[in-house]
Amino acid sequence: MNMNDNYPAGSHVGEDHPVGSVSAGRSLHQEIGGYLVGLALAVGLTAVSFWATGTRSIYGPGIALALLVLAVAQMGIHLIFFLHITTAPDNSNNVLALAFGVLIVCLIVFGSVWVMNHLNHGMASMSGMAHGYPVRS
Amino acid sequence: MNTEALRAPPTAYPRHDTAKEVAAFEVTGHGIGGPAPKRIIVGYGFWIFLLSDVILFSAVFAAYAVLFKNTAGGPSARQLFDLRSVAVETGCLLASTFACAMAGVAVSERSMKWTQLALLVTGLLGVSFVFLEAHEFTGFIARGAGPTRSAFLSSFFTLVGCHGAHVTAGLIWLGTMMAQFRAKGFREDIRLRFLCFTLFWHALDIIWVAIFSLVYLVGTLPPQMLP
Repeated sequence: MNMNDNYPAGSHVGEDHPVGSVSAGRSLHQEIGGYLVGLALAVGLTAVSFWATGTRSIYGPGIALALLVLAVAQMGIHLIFFLHITTAPDNSNNVLALAFGVLIVCLIVFGSVWVMNHLNHGMASMSGMAHGYPVRS
Repeated sequence: MNTEALRAPPTAYPRHDTAKEVAAFEVTGHGIGGPAPKRIIVGYGFWIFLLSDVILFSAVFAAYAVLFKNTAGGPSARQLFDLRSVAVETGCLLASTFACAMAGVAVSERSMKWTQLALLVTGLLGVSFVFLEAHEFTGFIARGAGPTRSAFLSSFFTLVGCHGAHVTAGLIWLGTMMAQFRAKGFREDIRLRFLCFTLFWHALDIIWVAIFSLVYLVGTLPPQMLP
């Protein structure tokens, strides 16, 4: 039924759960049903994202933020339904690695945007000066 | 060192009811249960690789976010992007990732026919995605919006092209997986490679979610709605 049954005995005490493999004890119908739920949620979130770009029912400046939230939600759906990341104890190594990856991604993306926007702000105020460069004393 | 104590039967251990649990204490290694099986180590190692790949993409994403408005008088994202083609590409990749999951079910059921069929569907949808993206890129270049036009377009082609290159590499890997299943059957090592492939394919779809939402959909918003 799943990949767990076909491995030699040994070190099954406190075994971890590899990413992407289905947990034991699920029937074929449950397995396919789980993927169908994931697909339906992903399609739904994608449709809402495309709809949000053209709608007037969301406050305009909030649309970009809404799209970010929808993207993060859909990534979560993919992680749960397709990669089978759970909060079970046999998954804690995978979740910890994922948490560290997300931390680094946030540092790189938001850190870069933050720093570069401040630099742009500084450059803009400089170009407004008469000489186009800061005067040194 | 008291060697007698080491040779003594492990009475301090809890009772074991199954042969499997007894075997767990007899494998080599020092921790309880010994080293983890290959399936765990391979899966975890590939998961670490994928996260490092995501970090690579985040750096290119950051470059795009910073350079997004630097169009150097050239076309902006709003003027270039065609959301209909993006919607079709998104559908292709999402259906492809679902077909890949179905191939995983077929492999665990040991059905060669369904495995090959699901992998073929996965591959065809992936090829359509790459074809549509290549068509989009050549269209941009024909309109004078190639990667050399502006900082915005350089970072756009780097980000989306990097994802397209990953999908192309994944398609080659997919072809070799189909051939390996055909030639060698559902052997344990082949199934481990296939587990890694499914992880790779799902991860590429996750990255595409970020690209279509934050590059294409946010990019086509009117300027006053941009952050």
